[in-house]
Amino acid sequence: MTRVLVPTGALGLGYDRKALDLGVANRPDIIAVDGGSTDSGPSYLGRGVSKYSRASTKAEWRELMVARAAAGVPLVIGTAGTCGADSAVDWLFDITREIAQETGQRVKVATLKSGQAAASVKSALAAGRIRPLSAAPEISDAVIDACSNIVALAGAEQIAAALATGADIVIAGRTTDTAIIAALPLVRGDNPGGAWHGAKVGECGALATTHPNSGVIQIDFDAKGFTVEPMAPEAAATPYTVSAHMLYENSDPFILYEPGGHLDVTGSDYRALDGRRVRVEGSVWVPGRYTVKLEGARIAGYQTVGLAVIRDRRYVRHAAEWAADVKARVTEKIITRMGLAAEDFTVELRLIGMDATLGGLENRRDLPVEVGVLGILTCPTPEAAAEAGKMLNPYLLHHPLTEDEPMPTFAFPFSPAEMQRGALYEFCLNHVMELDDPMAAFTLETHEVGHG
Amino acid sequence: MAELGSLVSKVRSKNAGPFWLTVDVFCDDAATYERVRAGLQDAAVARLFGVDLQLLKRFDIPSLNVVKFSVPRPVVQGTRADRDMHGAGWACLLEEMEIA
Repeated sequence: MTRVLVPTGALGLGYDRKALDLGVANRPDIIAVDGGSTDSGPSYLGRGVSKYSRASTKAEWRELMVARAAAGVPLVIGTAGTCGADSAVDWLFDITREIAQETGQRVKVATLKSGQAAASVKSALAAGRIRPLSAAPEISDAVIDACSNIVALAGAEQIAAALATGADIVIAGRTTDTAIIAALPLVRGDNPGGAWHGAKVGECGALATTHPNSGVIQIDFDAKGFTVEPMAPEAAATPYTVSAHMLYENSDPFILYEPGGHLDVTGSDYRALDGRRVRVEGSVWVPGRYTVKLEGARIAGYQTVGLAVIRDRRYVRHAAEWAADVKARVTEKIITRMGLAAEDFTVELRLIGMDATLGGLENRRDLPVEVGVLGILTCPTPEAAAEAGKMLNPYLLHHPLTEDEPMPTFAFPFSPAEMQRGALYEFCLNHVMELDDPMAAFTLETHEVGHG
Repeated sequence: MAELGSLVSKVRSKNAGPFWLTVDVFCDDAATYERVRAGLQDAAVARLFGVDLQLLKRFDIPSLNVVKFSVPRPVVQGTRADRDMHGAGWACLLEEMEIA
């Protein structure tokens, strides 16, 4: 039997502090927490930085380090710093070192880095060892070279290797969400289908219970399956909340691909042990070729955005044609005055209150009280984006619907109304890479930190 | 005819990775599930989402009273033309769909 304590769906999101204490009192074998995903978009991977504040991350990580010391078991985090790039591992390692100093802990820390050099990804591509997943973009050596960060998603094998160093704390770069939870049960010979399925149920903390915000969940793995129990007393896991979690952020609710195979929950049986604990058996692990998924992000331009709000009823009614006219005039001006070619930049005006969320898919046409005009300029350089933003500015402030009417003025929330967004990143890999040795694409190091 | 959102307990849309979107329709009971399952036509849903019918994946899950759709994102998450980083708006489209 292996008991895994998951404090929250992601470090930085918060959790019920008392529930964490209850979980530690239950003597877990390991504490596992996720540090990120691709969910917040490509910028974090592109820049190799965390989405959450350093202060929040440090506050929660400190509590988990203290809980770990009390429990006397390993603490493992996957996808450190939102994106799991090497720089994000270093960032969390620095925080860990600070906390160890401040709390007088002496701990052994293993860092597992997932960053991939462009050269090794290109040679894998040339060797036919990279395959596209469904809906993958086209790739080439040039695309790989353009990525500011490429990471491979580690699975249970790499986490197991990190745990095998005897580390108190494992800071892993990009991993699958489930690997950090499944690794120890798999090492200890618990049911592999149950290990991966229980890991999927637990990867978002208490999301698979009636009280998602309580965060803390405990999963007991054994030879036949697993048992889920939320640690907050008011929270309950039910066969419904647990089985429905396979739907979440998963394009196929019965199959989950992982390095070295896939999980099939088609025949899983979910049974309530009581009002708040659920037992799951019958999940199947199907071994396959050893592949790891790749993620990469590259710069796709630089942006300036401008925001104005139209309150005038007549302009609200004609906002779409007004925006089309502004776009045409600004586009023309950028070409003639800045000398950019039409294909090198874009001007977009999204009308907040009309169709800014859905664009062409929007099918409601209700007239709003006011319309936010979000001007987005995307250019090849930051300087060009800044310059283009200044060309948009006077139109957002004063552009009339017709030539023969008094000059209108629209509401600017700021001075200046335009903001430099910096680089626009895009994801450009949705592929898997074959590995003969699971560790071949990963770097494991150990460090002694703190004192005492 | 009724708006889907008025019949079901929840419609949720979310990315399933940067290249896919998934939309879950949760019904309170078997009778609602049966009405929703029969009323949601694949062709109409594909049109609503602006995706090729052949690329629409559908899962009818009676044990959960859930109908689930997954589609490749028409615009990859976070690219220049993406308006909705987490895919939140797609649930609204489906909620407001009229079904028999």
